[in-house]
Amino acid sequence: MSAREDWWYDEAAGPLVRPYAMVRGRTRPNAPDLHLVTQVRASSFASDQTSLTVEHREIMALCARPLSVAEVAAYLDVPLIVVKVLLSDLIERGDVIVQNSSPQIPDRDLLQAVLDGVRGI
Amino acid sequence: MVFVGSDGQLTVPTAVKIVIAGGFGTGKTTMVGSVSEIPPLKTEELLTEAGVHVDDLAGIEGKDTTTVALDFGRITINTKVVLYLFGTPGQNRFWFMWDELATGAIGAVVLVDTRRLDSSFPSIDFFEHRGIPFVVAVNCFDGAQLYTVDEVRHALDLDDGIPVVLCDARDRESSKAVLVGLIQHSMNRLEAAV
Repeated sequence: MSAREDWWYDEAAGPLVRPYAMVRGRTRPNAPDLHLVTQVRASSFASDQTSLTVEHREIMALCARPLSVAEVAAYLDVPLIVVKVLLSDLIERGDVIVQNSSPQIPDRDLLQAVLDGVRGI
Repeated sequence: MVFVGSDGQLTVPTAVKIVIAGGFGTGKTTMVGSVSEIPPLKTEELLTEAGVHVDDLAGIEGKDTTTVALDFGRITINTKVVLYLFGTPGQNRFWFMWDELATGAIGAVVLVDTRRLDSSFPSIDFFEHRGIPFVVAVNCFDGAQLYTVDEVRHALDLDDGIPVVLCDARDRESSKAVLVGLIQHSMNRLEAAV
């Protein structure tokens, strides 16, 4: 076996190391119900950010306007599960507000609004 | 934990979604891009343990982890509503991802390439079995319309109630018309159910 093969990580494993370091190995967010389209937004009562990591602060900056969990993950360029863990930290601190429901099948009024909106683009 | 409304000043919009499905290379990301207000974004979900036992991992046994890439776009409907369009992952082993995508969706567009009709069968089966409203959109590559709507409907063995439309996924107006058709179909289904 060559020295290269002995190496405990390879190119395929590389990207996994940093995202999981970011969340200190946690793979389950504390906040439930963070779905792909769940809307999150930085609270106007955000607490002192000095104890936050760089990634948490990046999320706070991104969420100055409402965004979906999927958008935050895409802009931060980290896997969804990592963003869910980081977001749940911020939600627990009260720094981020969140849509408080699972995805619901839209009712008629909502569908009509979406229909009008799509026609108007 | 702070939920909507408890901030006192800020609110977050209601999010809705539409799934763009279909076989590999049928133009899903193209359609997302032609109507999205932002260039399509990509996000990755790691294949989790929860996914492993329900997935067919044939062919990737040598890999310890894999990722599912999702392409998506966004249309801001108004200050209170935002619509997301998600392209489904092409590989069938990522079915578990489809469930999260489909939950609470307005419905789905199944894109069809008439040169490879069979590649759309799994998508159609998925939405039929779950009772999720969908329309079939025949993507006419390079303006090539090889079959009529009726021929496609027959070949796919679709119920009469399922709309079938011709489209060009590269064209914004054409893709818009497909989305409008899907939303109207969902509204009709909702009214029929009352």
